[in-house]
Amino acid sequence: MSCSRRDFLKQACGGTLASVLPVSAFTFLSNEEARAAVENANVRWAFLVDTTKCVGCGLCVKACKNENEIPYDAPVTRTWVERYVITKDGQAHIDSPMGGRDGFTENVINGEEIDPENIDKAFFVPKLCNQCDNPPCVQVCPVGATYQTDDGVVLVDRSWCIGCGYCIMACPYGVRFFHPVHKVADKCNFCYHRITKGMNPACVDSCAFDARRIANLRDPDDPVTKIITTERVAVLKDEYGTKPHVFYIGLDENVR
Amino acid sequence: MKWHVLRPLWLAIGLVVVILIARQFMVPDDFGVHGDSFTYNFYRQSNVQEWKEFPVKHLGHESCVECHEEKVTMLSASPHAAIECENCHGPAAGHPDEIEFLPIERSREHCLRCHEALEYPHNARSELPNIRNRTHKRRRECVTCHVPHDPREKPE
Repeated sequence: MSCSRRDFLKQACGGTLASVLPVSAFTFLSNEEARAAVENANVRWAFLVDTTKCVGCGLCVKACKNENEIPYDAPVTRTWVERYVITKDGQAHIDSPMGGRDGFTENVINGEEIDPENIDKAFFVPKLCNQCDNPPCVQVCPVGATYQTDDGVVLVDRSWCIGCGYCIMACPYGVRFFHPVHKVADKCNFCYHRITKGMNPACVDSCAFDARRIANLRDPDDPVTKIITTERVAVLKDEYGTKPHVFYIGLDENVR
Repeated sequence: MKWHVLRPLWLAIGLVVVILIARQFMVPDDFGVHGDSFTYNFYRQSNVQEWKEFPVKHLGHESCVECHEEKVTMLSASPHAAIECENCHGPAAGHPDEIEFLPIERSREHCLRCHEALEYPHNARSELPNIRNRTHKRRRECVTCHVPHDPREKPE
């Protein structure tokens, strides 16, 4: 078998091209699919928490529980507020009684009264679902009951969830819990029923201090997106590679 | 092939066929990959719409102002302007048709959420006007002396 240099190069280039192009590059979208793809590409929800503004009133937790029908006195919540008090001996005192639902009205942490003279720094950190780009909770679901929508929010299909609890274990942020009434996994979804109607999540509306804000990362004119893209923000547990989309201003090294 | 090999083989094939037929009936039509990734976008598509239809309960002060204009105007001119009506009165959905009266949160504990003095350095909490619950007018409700809709005013 003979093969000229020209033929060899032709075939080599052609072969490389064919193997690189995926079959999906050649699928044709219907009009609706093309329109949906463009529209949805315009929204990617994200969240901005300014820990320097949070005063620990816990009204966000209360509003969230009422809005999303989470049993009020059950020890589960979609969002919560943590208090960190770092004393002069370097010890971090951390608490979040009932998720901070009733606020923080005493200088007592886990039964221990902290002397104000002995405090180096203290702050409140609101937490909620990070709506990760690589959500580990979705990866582990054995039945396809939890998924990422095209605007970036991770939802749970209550009629499809079998309540196995894998996702609750998989979430590195401890955001998921077992819903005591529906007997399925539950989590914060940025109040999906509100943001898709142009409203703010309940926690954002209830915050009197602007510590919580919602953003559409695909909208360059969104004022909150501008803060996220141009100011100094951090995310929780970046090293896990989950690409979380809740951004924090004023995050301290003691926050886990 | 020998009968003792074929018999379990047919059984296995039969089981697979039964499961595939059952799947056709039991899995909804819109269940599948809706997006780029099998890992993250494998779901029942109508569930997205179900979540969008979840009832909204907090309507915001834009809804309160329709009937309670006087109160909303008073509040929005006061140092408490940033506080939503529903933070103290509860979610307004169903009011006034199904729920005639919304609750009014008058407890000390509610005010203390922001106004209990926690002496934390460089914390927005300690910059708010505050009191010490243990020593400040122990037996009285805050609303006896302070008007929540405008804390600068005294009650009549």
